[in-house]
Amino acid sequence: MMDALGEPQSVLVLGGSSEIATATVLALPRARLRRVVLAGRASSGLDEAAATLTAAAVPGVVTLDFDATQTASHADIIDGIFADGDVDIVLLAFGILGDQAQAEADPSLAVTMATTNYTGAVSAGLHVARRLRLQGHGTLVVMSSVAGDRARRSNFVYGSTKAGLDAFAQGLGDALHGSGARVLVVRPGFVRTRMTSGLPEAPMTIDPQDVAAIIVSALRKGRETVYAPGPLRLVMAGLKSVPRPVFRRLPI
Amino acid sequence: MTDPVSPLARSDDQRVLTGWGRTAPSVAEVRQPATVEDLIDIIATAGPRGVLARGLGRSYGDAAQSGGATVVDLAHFTSLHLDPEAGTVTAGAGVSLDSILRVLVPAGFFVPVTPGTRMVTVGGAVAADVHGKNHHVEGTFGSHVSAMTLVDGTGQVRTLTPEGTPDEFWATVGGMGLTGVMTEATFDLIPLTSSLVSVDTDRTSDLDDVMSRMLEGDDAYRYSVAWIDSVHRTHRGVLTRGDHAPVDALSVKQRANPLAYSAKAKATVPAIFPSGLVNALTMRAFTEAWFRKSPTSRHGELQSIPAFFHPLDVALEWNRGYGPAGFLQYQFAVPDSAGHVVGTTLKQLSRIGALSPVTVLKRFGATNPAPLSFPQPGWTLAIDVPAGVEGLAQVLDSLDELVLSEGGRLYLAKDSRMSPAMMAASYPRLSEWQRVRDAMDPQGVFTSDLARRLSL
Repeated sequence: MMDALGEPQSVLVLGGSSEIATATVLALPRARLRRVVLAGRASSGLDEAAATLTAAAVPGVVTLDFDATQTASHADIIDGIFADGDVDIVLLAFGILGDQAQAEADPSLAVTMATTNYTGAVSAGLHVARRLRLQGHGTLVVMSSVAGDRARRSNFVYGSTKAGLDAFAQGLGDALHGSGARVLVVRPGFVRTRMTSGLPEAPMTIDPQDVAAIIVSALRKGRETVYAPGPLRLVMAGLKSVPRPVFRRLPI
Repeated sequence: MTDPVSPLARSDDQRVLTGWGRTAPSVAEVRQPATVEDLIDIIATAGPRGVLARGLGRSYGDAAQSGGATVVDLAHFTSLHLDPEAGTVTAGAGVSLDSILRVLVPAGFFVPVTPGTRMVTVGGAVAADVHGKNHHVEGTFGSHVSAMTLVDGTGQVRTLTPEGTPDEFWATVGGMGLTGVMTEATFDLIPLTSSLVSVDTDRTSDLDDVMSRMLEGDDAYRYSVAWIDSVHRTHRGVLTRGDHAPVDALSVKQRANPLAYSAKAKATVPAIFPSGLVNALTMRAFTEAWFRKSPTSRHGELQSIPAFFHPLDVALEWNRGYGPAGFLQYQFAVPDSAGHVVGTTLKQLSRIGALSPVTVLKRFGATNPAPLSFPQPGWTLAIDVPAGVEGLAQVLDSLDELVLSEGGRLYLAKDSRMSPAMMAASYPRLSEWQRVRDAMDPQGVFTSDLARRLSL
């Protein structure tokens, strides 16, 4: 149970190796925390995330095998986690960036991106929502992206997966309205992580710790949608109103 | 062919529930059984999230809510049978002390114990084992109960008494509704010859002043409580003590109708306040006015029951005044040897700007046999705090450690944030209570957000 002062007792990360998720767990108040489940594909990244949290004295960190693309396994895995106790915060943080040119050349890569970022999230998101609805409280934090706000020539495959995910997450939040469970949609811009290493940094680039601080504040305030950084909301509102003949020529 | 039912669909009975502090909401299905048979059926067909009884929602934290569960509202369990010969009443668990007093006082009786609000049910009064201004001499509500009827976790209707079933009886007193759903209780009453209270009021200059006056003088009074001005530098206050006035203390006019009783709420705090009514400015104005309205010293003043016992009940839903972030009440009990914890708490909370209009100091008498009953001999301080104050979690955790190290504990009916470790350490009889509870509810049907949060 989240207490009166917003202190969570349990957190589930789907996509446990996510650096933004790790930073978010580190930024959460932890005086009452007793269980942190990092669910993800067995990898050095997952082990590293668990080690980072444990080294920072985050209590009750465990890892669990979870593959976003293996949707048939989601029900059992998510039911098992909730059967061990209520979950206050679920971070849906898995996703792959992929390379736009490669995806254009090899559509099977585009399919993998869509399967992970969208199909996998739809499956996991619905299973989590069902369990949050049953327990009558809890927040699902969905890591969307500004890339989903408007498809850009330079990364529209990735952007379209996030657009689908974002629309899904908003609808899910509306479906859960009044159930005690909530959905927080997070739309980061360019974040310095393993996923983006080697790419040229965009304006307003931030670190995972910055996104984490924004998520923790949004959780406290009960927000439904946040941009990271916040002013990106205005930038994206502007970009969305740019006519397409102009937009497609923009160097973004 | 039937349409599939979405697991995300809402049912009409779903309600967002919080405690009086309006923090940490959860959603449950609220049902109002009409009969004991309905109640047994609800318990027998409980889903995996279980069942919990809720009264008038005056516990501050998450004691009367349970996310995803079936929450039982005993609004139909309102029977009331007064036995004037025996001086007892048998009341349905859903009856409020407010309704009871409207019947009892004109008949020449008073409830054995009333908390600072009369808007609590009999079920809630037993479950939280509430105390009032007479704890130092007469103990808790549960200490005056001679019998109760309860449906346990197996759906069995049981009559519990302190003599016949002491383990189950005392596990239910203060058991926060986790041993079963109480449907009815019989308790002893205080006979009255008038509905007025003879009150001695004294302003106090600081904490030492009020505490020494209470140590010296409280034993001479049935009722005693001190209001502390937590905003003021010296923690000045107002000490009010008294007892029911005998009819011959009344004026001739009052004697015409010595048991007259009228209790009305005068105002409702509106639902929406942008930043809450409670801020530094209103707080100082309120505490100043409260202090000033009290006489420096006035003895033998006749006050009405609502004015003396339930001053906050004049404003309905006053809890909304704290705004959307809600508030909590920190209430601890410590032995006499740890009176310094009172001053430390006031200092620590004012240091972070946690201002409180309602701060109440009281002396507790002997404990009763209930393993989870809160009161223990010594001091108890209750202080309201807005939940949004920066640094509050850390300060309260450090105060918890101090309370624990002095052999004290926190009141479950007020708690909304202590740790499971604090709970287990400060209530050393928790495991003894759990054994009895497990026998009464082997399947774990009864649970609450509080029970989950504190691993009860």
